[in-house]
Amino acid sequence: MSSIQPPSEILWWKQPLDRVEGTWIGIALVWSLIMFIMMPLWHVYGKQNLSNEAYRTTPEAFQAKTQAMVDQYTVRTETDMQIPVVRPPPGSDVYLIARLWQWWPLLELEKDQTYRLHIASMDWQHGFSLQPVNINTQILPGYEMVITVTPDTSGDQTIICNEYCGIGHHNMVGKIYVTEEN
Amino acid sequence: MSSQPLFRTCPESGLQFHKPAEWLMRANAVAAVVLLMFGGLLAVGVTLTRWPAFHLLPADIFYQVLTLHGINMLIFWIIFFEIAVLYFCSSTLLRCRLATPKLAWAAFGLMIGGAVLNNITVLGGSSTVMMTSYVPMPAAPNFYLGLILFAVGALIGCFIFLGTLVIAKEEKTYEGSIPLVTFGALTACIIAVFTIASGAIILIPTWLWSLGYIAHIDAAMYRLVWWAFGHSSQQINVAAHVAVWYAIAAIVFGAKPLSEKVSRMAFLLYIAFLQLASAHHLLVDPGLSSEWKIFNTSYAMYLAVLASMVHGLTVPGSIEVAQRAKGLTKGLFEWLRKAPWGNPTFSGMFISLIGFGFIGGISGVVMGTEQINIIIHNTIYVPGHFHATVVLGTTLAFMSLTYFLIPVLFRRQLVFPVLAKWQPYLFGIGMAVFTLAMMGAGTLGVERRHWDMAFADSALGFDYPASAYTMMGIMGISGMAAIVGGAVFVLVTVLSVFFGKRVESESGYSLATSRLMRAEPGIEHAGGHAAAGKWGFAAPGTFVFALFFLAIFVAYYVVNWKYLASVWPLS
Ligand code: HEM
Ligand SMILES: [Cu+2]
Ligand SMILES: [Cu+2]
Repeated sequence: MSSIQPPSEILWWKQPLDRVEGTWIGIALVWSLIMFIMMPLWHVYGKQNLSNEAYRTTPEAFQAKTQAMVDQYTVRTETDMQIPVVRPPPGSDVYLIARLWQWWPLLELEKDQTYRLHIASMDWQHGFSLQPVNINTQILPGYEMVITVTPDTSGDQTIICNEYCGIGHHNMVGKIYVTEEN
Repeated sequence: MSSQPLFRTCPESGLQFHKPAEWLMRANAVAAVVLLMFGGLLAVGVTLTRWPAFHLLPADIFYQVLTLHGINMLIFWIIFFEIAVLYFCSSTLLRCRLATPKLAWAAFGLMIGGAVLNNITVLGGSSTVMMTSYVPMPAAPNFYLGLILFAVGALIGCFIFLGTLVIAKEEKTYEGSIPLVTFGALTACIIAVFTIASGAIILIPTWLWSLGYIAHIDAAMYRLVWWAFGHSSQQINVAAHVAVWYAIAAIVFGAKPLSEKVSRMAFLLYIAFLQLASAHHLLVDPGLSSEWKIFNTSYAMYLAVLASMVHGLTVPGSIEVAQRAKGLTKGLFEWLRKAPWGNPTFSGMFISLIGFGFIGGISGVVMGTEQINIIIHNTIYVPGHFHATVVLGTTLAFMSLTYFLIPVLFRRQLVFPVLAKWQPYLFGIGMAVFTLAMMGAGTLGVERRHWDMAFADSALGFDYPASAYTMMGIMGISGMAAIVGGAVFVLVTVLSVFFGKRVESESGYSLATSRLMRAEPGIEHAGGHAAAGKWGFAAPGTFVFALFFLAIFVAYYVVNWKYLASVWPLS
C-alpha cells in the first residue's frame, strides 16, 4: 500500500531516481526528438507535404470560379445526372466543389503533370478522401484549400467523403481519372 | 463539523470511507455502469452495421445510433466514473470528509439531467450530428444544452475534489505530501477544469447559434476550440487511468513508485503539454500553417508522449520491484509469471496497460505526425486508435478498479467469480483484435462514420479491395466478442451490487477517523532497491519489456513513412 499513501520520505523530491528510470527517460527523450525532427525534415526532403495554402472564400465566389473552368474544359458528361468531366490543362488551377452530397465536377488529369487543386465546401464540413491512393484532407465551408498535386500513377481514383455530412454522406462520391500522357 | 458517526474503515483494505462520499461514489459509479450498458447495446447496432456480412441498420438509424454510442460512452460513462474516482482519491484515500456533499448531489443531478436531455434529443431524431457536432451542421438546441448541463455538473464535481484536498490539508488528515495516486487524480482534475472551460467557450455560442442569437460560427474556429475540449478530455482519461494503474499496483502488490519525483513529474508533463496537442486533430485542415501544426503536435505532444512512456515503465516497474522484494527474483520475468493472473483487478489493469501502450499509444503518435496524418485522417483507423486508448486503456482500467470496489465500497461479494476472472481476457483480447482490424481497414482507406463501404446507392461507386472486407469482418467478430465481454462485466457488477451476498466483516460507522500515515520506507534503502534487480536496475524485466516496446514503435513508425512516400507527391 504505497502509491496510495504519502511518500515515505519527507523530502521525496530529493531522493535520487533509479537507474532504470534515468536510462529509460534518456532513451525516450532521444526518440521523441527524432520524431520531432522527422517532420521538418520531411518538409525539406519528403515529397508529400500539404502546402497549407488556403484562402477565405464564399460559396458564390467559389462556384463562379469552378463554373468558369467547367465551361472551358469539359470533355464529356457521365451518369444520368450529366456530371461534367473536366480536363484542365497541366499546370493550371483546378476547382473542386464539395457539397451535399456530391463532388463536382469529375476531373481528368494527366499523369506526372502538376496541378493546383482548389477545394471548398458549399455547405457543411466534408472530407476529401482519394482512394485507393489514400490521400485525406478536411474540407471546410468558407475556406478554399489549395493542394499542389502530381498524380504519378494512372487509372481511376475515387473521391469519397470521409467527414460525416448527413444522411447522404455515404453516397458522396467523385472521380479523378488519371490518363497516360498523350 | 458534524457529530454524527460518519466514518467507517474497511477491514479488508484498511481504506476509510466517509458516509456521504460513499453514497456519492456509489451513485456516480452506478450511473456510469448503466450508461456503459446503454452504450454497449448501441455498440451492437454500430458493429453489426459496419460488419459488411450483416449491414444491419438502415442508414439514418445507423448514424443516429453511432451519435448516441459515441456520446454515451466517451462522455457519460467515462465522466461519471471519473467523478467517482475523484471522490475516492480525495475523500477515501486522504481519510477526509468530502467537501459539500449536498452540492455534490446537485452536481450529480445536473449530470443526470444533462445526459438524459441530450439522449432524448438525439433519440428524437433531430440531432444526428455525431458527438463532434461540427458546425454548420445543426443540432437541436437541447443537444448542446444537455452537454452544457452535464459539463457544469462535472465542473462542480472537480471543485468538490479540490475543496476536499483543501480540507484534508487543513484538518491534517494525512502526514507529509498527498499520495501519488491522489496527485494523479489532481492532474486529471486540473486538466478537466481547462477542458470544461474550452467546452463552454465553444458549446455555449453554438447553443446560442442553434437558437438563432448568433448568426455565424466559423467552421475552422469551431474545430480549433472544440478539439481543445475534445482532445483535453482524453488527457483527463489518460491521467485518470494511469492513476488507477498506480492504485491497483499499490492495492494488489503494495507497490510504491520507483521514485516519487519521476512519476509526479510525468503527471505534471501532462498538464504542461497535453493541452496544446489538440493540433493533431487539425493536421489536414485548411487555414493553419505547418509551423503551427508541427510545433503543437511535437513540442507539446512528444513531451506528453514522453510522460506516458515514463508511466509505462514506472507502473510495471513498481510492480516488479514489489514482487522481487517478496523473493520472486528468478530470471527477468518470474515476478510477472507469478503475478495473480486470476484476479480480474490485476489482469484487467495489466491488459489495459499493454493495450494502451502498444496499440493506442503507438498508433496515436504515428497518426499524429503531421504528414503521416494525410494517409490516416478520418479513416476507420482513427476509431481503431481511440478504442485502444479509451476502451482498452481507460474503460478496462475502470472495470478492474470496479472489481476491487464491489466488496470494499459496496460491501458485496462478487457473484459469478469465475466469469469475472475471464472477463478482462475476453474484453481485452476482443478489443485488441478489434482495434487492430480497424487499423488494418483504415490503412486500406476504409472510412469512419460511413454506412456503406460498398457504395451500392451511389451513381459512381467504388470497390475496396477484398482485404478491406476481410478486415471489417474480423472487426465485426472481435467487436462482438468484446461486447460479450462488456456484457459480462455489466452482469457481474450489477448483480453483485444489488443482489450479491453482503460482506460479513464488521465495518460500522464511528466518529473517529484515523490519520493517513506515510508509507513505510522499503527495505531497499540498504543497498538501493536495485539490490534485488540486475545490472544495477531495480526493474530489469520491465526495462527489457520497454525496449521491446520501443523496437515495435520504431519499426511501425518507419513503415508508415514508407507508406506515405508511395503516395502522390503533394506540396
Ligand atoms: C465492446 C465494445 C465496443 C465496440 C464493439 C465498439 C464499436 C464501435 C464501432 C464499430 C464504432 C464505429 C466506427 C465508425 O463507423 O466510425 C464505434 C465508434 C465509437 N466508439 Fe465504440 N465500441 C465499443 C465500446 C466503446 C467504448 C467503451 C467507448 C468509450 C469509452 C467507445 C467510444 C466510441 C466513440 C467515441 C466512437 C466514435 C463515434 C463517432 O465517430 O462520433 N466505444 N464503436
Ligand atoms: Cu460530405
Ligand atoms: Cu460526408
